[in-house]
Amino acid sequence: MGRKEMIAMLLAGGEGKRLGVLTKDLAKPAVYFGGKYRIIDFTLSNCAHSGIDTVGVLTQYQPLELNRYLGIGSPWGLDRRDGGMTILPPYVKQKGGVWYKGTANAIYQNMAFIERYDPEYVLIISGDHIYKMDYELMLDHHKRSGADVTIAGIEVDWKEASRFGVMHIDDEDRVTAFEEKPKNPTSNIASMGVYIFTWTELQKYLIYDEASRSSSHDFGKDLIPSMMRDGKRLHSYPFKSYWKDVGTIESLWEANMDLLADEPPLELADPSWRIYSVNPNQPAQHIGASAEVSASLITEGCLIEGEVDRSVLFYGVRAAKNSLIAESVVMPNVRIGEGARIYRAIIGEGAVIQAGVIIGSPDDNAITVVAVDQYVTNDHLLREVEHS
Amino acid sequence: MKHKVMGVINLIHETDELEQLTQGRCLATVPFGARYRLIDFVLSSMVNSGISKVAVFAHTKYRSLMDHLGSGKHWDLQHRQSGLFVLPPATDDIQEISRGDLYHFYQQRDFFNRSTLDYVVITRSHMVCNIDFEKVIQYHLEREADITVVCKQQDSLAGKARKVSMDDEGRITAIQDHYGRMTSDISSMEMYVMHKDLLMELVETSLAQGQDHLVRHAIFSRLDKLKIYGYMYEGYLGIVNTLTSYYRNSMNLLRPEVWKELFYQPGPIYTKVKDEPPARYLENSKATNSLIANGCRIEGTVVNSILFRGVHVQKGAIVSNSIIMQNGMVGENSFVQHSILDKDVRVEAYRDIRGADSSPFLAGKRKII
Repeated sequence: MGRKEMIAMLLAGGEGKRLGVLTKDLAKPAVYFGGKYRIIDFTLSNCAHSGIDTVGVLTQYQPLELNRYLGIGSPWGLDRRDGGMTILPPYVKQKGGVWYKGTANAIYQNMAFIERYDPEYVLIISGDHIYKMDYELMLDHHKRSGADVTIAGIEVDWKEASRFGVMHIDDEDRVTAFEEKPKNPTSNIASMGVYIFTWTELQKYLIYDEASRSSSHDFGKDLIPSMMRDGKRLHSYPFKSYWKDVGTIESLWEANMDLLADEPPLELADPSWRIYSVNPNQPAQHIGASAEVSASLITEGCLIEGEVDRSVLFYGVRAAKNSLIAESVVMPNVRIGEGARIYRAIIGEGAVIQAGVIIGSPDDNAITVVAVDQYVTNDHLLREVEHS
Repeated sequence: MKHKVMGVINLIHETDELEQLTQGRCLATVPFGARYRLIDFVLSSMVNSGISKVAVFAHTKYRSLMDHLGSGKHWDLQHRQSGLFVLPPATDDIQEISRGDLYHFYQQRDFFNRSTLDYVVITRSHMVCNIDFEKVIQYHLEREADITVVCKQQDSLAGKARKVSMDDEGRITAIQDHYGRMTSDISSMEMYVMHKDLLMELVETSLAQGQDHLVRHAIFSRLDKLKIYGYMYEGYLGIVNTLTSYYRNSMNLLRPEVWKELFYQPGPIYTKVKDEPPARYLENSKATNSLIANGCRIEGTVVNSILFRGVHVQKGAIVSNSIIMQNGMVGENSFVQHSILDKDVRVEAYRDIRGADSSPFLAGKRKII
């Protein structure tokens, strides 16, 4: 097998606990986003556009739906003869197997996979974020600076900074200090969890980290700080475009709403940077004679006879006459009955909202979540619908 | 499929009165229904019926056909042993290309002879329908027919089709071309089921007798010698081979019951995947009674219209009773009514384009208005 300059390892085992019922049977990277995508489509499309043809996808939590979705990687051009997409679940070894204990340990357990390709660089990414990024430019940056590891960094709101690993950098983008989720952050440059390692260095530190008893085997908590302590060259790659961690109901809802702006911060319709996804094979959407649609994203296979305002609709949604969907995200194949009104909600795939049901309220800022395949009637509203 | 059946989509000398729409493409690849090409309907029907070996007899202007079908993987026809075969004319003499389809079937006889499949379903590309061929084969076997012709009873036809009359048993007694004098409300859907051996025999004997056309000569002339039965198709049918029928049948898709049936029952219709984002409706946009594909951007008003992938209707523009194909653009405050705009047509700002319901205005590919 030929040598690869860089391969990607995509961490897709995230449970997405804070997404509640949306991730009950689904890994976070498989959660729907943006009218026809799943979160992981963004990172995989980034790989496709960055010329990366070898991607190991590390799965762990609820992988069934995710595995089925990824298949052999064809939608992202990753069904390749040499390389392509390989799904890497935890496995049993001669001395017994263990779950992935942390992000670094997940890569450690798959060192043999990386060694097969003998790459110079390894890109570590996760399937949890919405952004468009050319990893090739980041690799150029990494090569130019001669760093051992390059960490993509983005400026975040100061009040958000404590949720992330934050970096102090000097004039040449060299990282002078790194703190994982500090209580009182002294910098607002957050690590995006996107790393390019020179493979020989990563290899060394993975082995070293695995041997450490006190380590929690996490890149941000353990491996990066230990490289920092050893005086390795850590550089930051400044990223200035849209990047969103959709880890909570609020942020998932917000990120969907971001797409509806007149000039959206994340443009899905850029022909030079298509977001690839599995195609649902549905006919063009039918906007009925009694429909009213404004400021919304609607996908193939929808049959709309009611009103849709500032909402994102996935494929196969049927909205009956006199229904209203406002400021909501409606996932695939949801049925909305006559006269039903939905305000500020996320409706899970396949849910049925009976005629006349009212979800949320125009005066309430809270976001209501309806679980996958829920049948919502007026009587069962409180019991069936989970309020966030 | 229980039975061993292969499909042939025969594009040789297909009736085509679509004017500019087929100037640079064959009838089979005329865009239809906001995101499909005509051939998708019969091809998807074959796939959904369990036919996994399909030959497309390309004839002329087949660049767009090759581009659209590719390896066949979007129709799940990329298999190790069977799958999709696009077969352009196999002849070393350019004169021979214009010969009838019997000659071309003969040239492609290896395709049939090499196959281990017993039955052949031969169709055209311009019948917009969603049909289960398994049922047709079943009927063919029950009747012990030599040939089964798929027919449709329909009062008014927008397109041109052969007329069929049959007896109480369903045996076909007469077939005439669309201009024939016979009065019958039964049309042929130009779909023929027969045993492969019979097809090969018909091709060889008819050619030897100096005949040219499979249906008109080889089949019409044998109504008394062969048991030829009609299978009545009950689903939605649109015959698209004239510009009027193209427009009428497109507009029919705006009826929700047609949309629900044609695109879903008995199986989905597949097409080449384009990875367009969801359609985007901006504040103050208006859309009613329309079919809109992904990748569209609607800032103006769209009424009773069909918009293909990537169409942009700018602010203040009004599109009504029109069909706008892929990547079309209607500029600010323009008015487009009763029009068919082929791919990549740009209507600049403040234009007023009106056709008539009975005779829509047609703009060719890449035209700037």
